Amino acid sequence: MNIAIIKYNAGNIRSVAFALERLGLSHSTTDDPEEIQYADKVIFPGVGEARSTMEYLRYKKLDKVIVTLKQPVLGICLGMQLLCQHSEENNTPCLGLFDETVKKFTPSSSYKVPHTGWNSLVSVNDWIDPSCLNQFFYFVHSYYVPVNPFTSATTEYTIPFSAAMKKNNFYAVQFHPEKSAETGEKILMSFLTSSL
Amino acid sequence: MLTRRIIPCLDIKDGRTVKGVNFVQLRDAGDPVELAATYANQGADELVFLDISATTENRKTLTELVKKVAARINIPFTVGGGISSIKDVTPLLEAGADKVSLNSSAVKNPELIDELAKEFGSQFVVLALDARKIDNQWIIHTHGGRYATEKKLFSWAKDVQNRGAGEILFTSMDHDGTQSGFAIDPLQKLNQLLSIPVIASGGAGHPVHFADAFLTGKADAALAASVFHFGEIRIPELKLFLKTNQIPVRL
Repeated sequence: MNIAIIKYNAGNIRSVAFALERLGLSHSTTDDPEEIQYADKVIFPGVGEARSTMEYLRYKKLDKVIVTLKQPVLGICLGMQLLCQHSEENNTPCLGLFDETVKKFTPSSSYKVPHTGWNSLVSVNDWIDPSCLNQFFYFVHSYYVPVNPFTSATTEYTIPFSAAMKKNNFYAVQFHPEKSAETGEKILMSFLTSSL
Repeated sequence: MLTRRIIPCLDIKDGRTVKGVNFVQLRDAGDPVELAATYANQGADELVFLDISATTENRKTLTELVKKVAARINIPFTVGGGISSIKDVTPLLEAGADKVSLNSSAVKNPELIDELAKEFGSQFVVLALDARKIDNQWIIHTHGGRYATEKKLFSWAKDVQNRGAGEILFTSMDHDGTQSGFAIDPLQKLNQLLSIPVIASGGAGHPVHFADAFLTGKADAALAASVFHFGEIRIPELKLFLKTNQIPVRL
């Protein structure tokens, strides 16, 4: 199988590559549109700031490539947020595959922002295996995607939000499966090795 | 529910793990990659690597080490020590670091926090605040605790948050390596003052100290080194102890 990790100016691309290596899956990290288009599965990772990342994607014309992909695509963290319509982070128009606005968490005395650390999935459906219910995953983000008809898992932090989503061939997780120990590896494997 | 994090810290000198008392008297504590893998298997929630030699000739060694750790470990890790510009950060990020920790360079050039947060996002920027109580004031120290600065802990903490830091790593130098417990009062005050997570560091010697840091100090995470390196506290037992004390942890 041919796995492409989209290479752009975001952080944690190496972390995703290392996670695939630990799982024994070969992959390429690339910003070449053709290579991305011909891959069997595509991972769109991301840690960073929405506006500068979208600007970079447009500059590299990767925005057009991503929205037209037909094979299974997995957005991770910022990757998931950028698949949405719009982000409150610096008022950024995003790729528009999910018709949602990415919102900022409101900090309070009991809720620090960024939401940082291991939190559990309180509901799971669709492509997220039932065994992941109540399991812990590593999150680090200040913005979230509200619960919507395409939500496949929820986590609670100030309010319930989308921990995972799916619409057509676009899959997304807010947590970092590549940094979530064995539970995260299970999610990566289910995306990468099943015949989705 | 978001759990409280337990974070082993590996102080790195010339590619080895070392540990001192009150920031001096270094002892060798083993191979960092092996230690890191052991901690990850035992259920550590994150790891922190602090390069305490941080000289130019050692930067390459550090980057190589970061790469080895990233290839092996499936939990997040932070790298700190000797970062003074964006150009120092890129090789670490490319080697697989999830976050960087700043101290001296941010005191000297606070704009660096703004720049890094803008470029890589707040979640990438951890501010290490090393402080010691002098004349009843918590004073920020730099360069591995060698120099006192003009900065006071609480106002500086607020400033770094406003500049875009995503997390604070607060070390009480008075408590570091003494195993007499974390500095609870300043920890509590930082947690009241700030809206970003605070990691407690310095002084862990007994599981009760961790419980105090979480329950009384309201810390989001607690970091320790020697008690883990020298086997005095094992992470699985520590987490069980915290759980029986109604502190949410990942088991």
